[in-house]
This record gives sequence, C-alpha cells and structure tokens, in this order.
Amino acid sequence: MIAKLQSKWQHAKQDRRVVYATWIVLALLLLLLPFVTGMTLGRGWVRIIDFALLYIMLALGLNIVVGYAGLLDLGYIAFYAVGAYLYALLASPQFGLHWPVWAILPLGALTAGLFGVLLGAPTLKLRGDYLAIVTLGFGEIVRIFLTNLNAPYNITNGPQGISRIDPIVIAGVDLHRTYHLFGLSIPSTYLYYYLFLSFCLAIIFVCVRLQDSRIGRAWVAIREDEIAASAMGINTRNIKLLAFAMGASFGGISGGLFAGFQGFISPESFTLFESIIVVCMIVLGGMGNITGVILGAILLTVFPEALRYLGELQRLVFGQILVDPNDLRLLIFGLALVLIMIFRPSGLLPSVRREREFAADNSSVLEQEQESLYDQQR
Amino acid sequence: MLQVENLSVAYGAVNAVKSIDLQIAAGELVCLIGANGAGKTTTLKTLGGMLKPQHGRIEYFDQSICGLPSHELLQRGIALVPEGRGIFSRLSVRENLQLGAYSRNDAAGITQDLEQMFTLFPRLAERAGQIAGTLSGGEQQMLAIARALMSRPKLLLLDEPSMGLAPVMVQKIFQTIRDIAAAGVTILLVEQNAKLALQISQRGYVMENGRITLTDAAPALLANPQVQHAYLGG
Repeated sequence: MIAKLQSKWQHAKQDRRVVYATWIVLALLLLLLPFVTGMTLGRGWVRIIDFALLYIMLALGLNIVVGYAGLLDLGYIAFYAVGAYLYALLASPQFGLHWPVWAILPLGALTAGLFGVLLGAPTLKLRGDYLAIVTLGFGEIVRIFLTNLNAPYNITNGPQGISRIDPIVIAGVDLHRTYHLFGLSIPSTYLYYYLFLSFCLAIIFVCVRLQDSRIGRAWVAIREDEIAASAMGINTRNIKLLAFAMGASFGGISGGLFAGFQGFISPESFTLFESIIVVCMIVLGGMGNITGVILGAILLTVFPEALRYLGELQRLVFGQILVDPNDLRLLIFGLALVLIMIFRPSGLLPSVRREREFAADNSSVLEQEQESLYDQQR
Repeated sequence: MLQVENLSVAYGAVNAVKSIDLQIAAGELVCLIGANGAGKTTTLKTLGGMLKPQHGRIEYFDQSICGLPSHELLQRGIALVPEGRGIFSRLSVRENLQLGAYSRNDAAGITQDLEQMFTLFPRLAERAGQIAGTLSGGEQQMLAIARALMSRPKLLLLDEPSMGLAPVMVQKIFQTIRDIAAAGVTILLVEQNAKLALQISQRGYVMENGRITLTDAAPALLANPQVQHAYLGG
C-alpha cells in the first residue's frame, strides 16, 4: 500500500502546482498544529508533540551515525545527556550561572561533538556487534558519571538531578510564560513547539544537504565496504569521526533544549532504554531515509501515549476496566514493533538503497559480503 | 618512478615479505608472480598504503611514500584494485564509478572520464544503473578496474584480476590491461596465472616465501626452465 502511495506521489510531483500546494498545506498544518491539538485532544498533547520534536532531532542525529555511516551506536543518549547537563550547569542556581541560550546551545553542540570524537577515536576499528557493545558501555559510563559526580565536589547534584533550570528566553520572550496575542492565549508548550519546530527544520535541512554531499557519499561507501572506501581515497578515519561528531552535536542541541523545556533533569532521563528507543525509531521508520526516521520518531512518541486511552476504550466496550491499561500499553507497543519488523523489515519508509540491501538475496552479493567479512576478521 | 628497497612486512610474528627490492619505470607493465602465500598481495597492499611496512624504503618520483595512508597515495596517483575486486556491491555501477573519482573535484573532468569508461567498457554502460553485486564476476572486475581509473592514476596496482573468472573473461581482462598500459598508465600486476601475466608484461618478478628470487624481462622468464617448471606447468 505504501509503495502504491509512493508511486502515485511520484506521479503527482510532476506538476509543480501540486508540489507548491502540498508545501503550503503542510506549512499551515504545522503552524496550526498546537492550536488544533490543544482544542481537540487537550493541552497535554501539545507537550507530547514537543517531545516528539525533540526525539525527531535525536533520531536524525543518530541516523547520521547508524543510517548513513552504518555504525551501530547504542549509547547515543549520552550526547543528549551532555547537552542537557551543560545547559543545566550553565543556567541554573547549581553554580549560580545564568548564561543566555544562544551561548549555551552552540557550546552544547560543540561539547557533545567532542564527546562524539571521544567515543569514535578508540572504536575506529570496530564494527557491528563489537562497536555496539562499546557504545553501550559508553552510554552507561556517562550516565553513571552524572549520577556520581556529587562528591567530593558537587557538580551534577547526583541522583537528585538539577532543578530550577532557567527557562529558554529568546529575544526577551520567556518561553515559560503564557502570552496573549490578538486575544489569543499562547501557553508555554505552544511557544516551545515553535522553537523546537524551527530547530527541527534546520536539522532536517542539514541532513538533506549532507545526504547528497561528498561527505554523504563517503559515509555510504564506508558503510558498504571500508577497505574499498579507503582505496577510493576516502580518509576513513576522519570521515567516521565526522559522522560521530555530527550525530553527537545534534544530540547535544536536542539535550540543551530538553533541559530548558523541562526545567529539571536527572540521570534517570538518560538510561539505556532511551538509547534503544531512538535506535528503534530509526529502524522502524527506515534507516537512512529522513522522512522515514521522522515518521518513526513521531510514531514511537505518540503511539505509547495514545495507548493510554485503552482504559477508556475498555470501559466503553466492556463497561469496566478488565486489564490495567498501563500493563496492556507496553504489551501492545511491543507487539506493534514486532509486527512492523515482520511485515516491513527495512522500515516503514526505507531509503531506496537500504531496501536494496534487504532485498539482496542474490547469491553473488551474499558471497561478496562473506568475503569482505572474512577480510575484516583477518 | 617507483623504487622499493629492502622492504619487509610482517603480520605480528609472521614475516610475509622479507627485504625485497623492486623498481618500476614510468610507462612499464611489470608483473609479480608466485605461488599462494608467497607475499605478492602483501607487497601490493603495502605499496597501496593498506599495510605499514616493518622497515625498508618506498620512493615514488624520488619522494618517500613509506607508511603513507592509501587516501594520500591516491592523491599522488597510486590506485589499488584490491584482491577480490572490493566493489560496492549494493551501489549501482555508476555510483561505484563516481566514488572512484572521490579524490577529485573537477566535476567536468569526472563526467568526461565517466563517459570514457563507458566507451572503454561498453558492458558497464549497458548496466550503469544496475546494482554492482548483480554483475558477473568478469564485469565486476572490469568495474573495479574502471573505478580505479576514475582517479586518473599514474600507477595502477592490480591484485589478481584473473581470480575466479572464466578463461574467456580472463582473456578479455588481460586485453583491457594491455590497452590501459598502452594508454600510458604504469601498471604493477600481481598474478597467479604466471603465463598470461608474463605474456602481456615487459618485465617480471618471481616471488617465493616472501623473497624475490628471480627478475628478468618477461620473455626471458617465460623461457626460463626453472620458471617453466614451477609456474608454467612445463
């Protein structure tokens, strides 16, 4: 069905007017989304959408590392943590510092990028499962560090986390307040929505440009065959480090925004489970495909929340609650993931190239792969 | 053009290449023949920057290139076609060729060279949009060579281009290699198929147990009873 829709869309795209109309409708939808959601589903849902946007940024960042360069990173949330803690330390009563956002966010991106290189440098020769194990360890190290950095000097305030973080203030507009404009009341979550949306769009733009760039091609080459890539004159070391750094810096920005939005952070927000969820978003949506990754991020944030209505649904159908919706929620969520992976193994919207990889049952391709695997083991 | 002196390469404790000397002049087609495990591929990989030598000197246009990584060697005009071809099997033929030109940034020249590759290898032109992994072995070898040529190399290092190919295809590939040499590219050819390699080369080196045991003009090697006995089945 999705394939059919895609081909129809390809056909309709021939007409420029269709393209413009689609863009305008899409822009209007995005602009009105918080108001429509707030009026129909309630304001709580706008907050969920805000989180979906944060996760889109995370997923797009990880997509560079996993989707483009093919380096499985299971500790990605560590960069989110670095960005969040940097914001929290520089804009909260913890050290009495109150830096402005425009200074912290770039610094957060830079610091997270540095941590990305820190993780990338010792793991340059690792691939697949082995890389996954090291990155998983890295994610845990960062989290445990954050938990224990309250003694002998109290830096992170340990497991209690850092509270009363400064809200994000842009051009004099405090995003934690409700503003009134032309008789319209715009609550804080709506303001954050627009901020996150603009960051998201910027990151999407960067990703689209990267995909077709020289660097993007080099990442694909490395993913396909590292030895051949280096024979093509690609500096595999630098290009891999660049993937780690770029991916990490997106995570850092997202983390900074998260800290300002939430007002409180603790190590609990940066567990292994969060890393896995972000990987799930990419795999489920379609590795290497920007639209797919965005879709995956939205689905995996919104779907579990929507399942909270299961209780109401049971009451409607059976007149009473039979199974605790909270138990049922995770069960159905897991089941949905399994089903999607069975029926669309390369993701909901796979990138053209990735789909090829999954469809490759051609014996010569398999043979080649085994050969290159053998080379690596040697 | 290329001057190798006293080169040794080891994998851990195993000495694969034991202080060999090698010279290649510009425009030459030189082959390096020998049995399995003689150290031919190791030598080539070291010249291509994939392995670091233990000691010895490698000079290219009178400059030491010893220990330089492969991407820098490619910038200087040394291209390696690895053993087993090493094509990007899940990318299209065209994408493979474009990646071959990764080290260049003259868009016009790249497009021109791409067309030239398609005239040189009509089979690749027919299959430009096809996934490289679905090509036949011989076509893949052609693609690997064409891809290396996309970097406009001065020195082409070919590792066992005949490996795993049908005899007809081997003939074709060797004809192509001769054509490339005639176009002015210097070639170092590593081969197990000694007879064919010597037939198209001007000079040859024979390698045994990590040492170069014999070197001469190719026709002389072909006529050498020792070589005939060991490698030509004579």
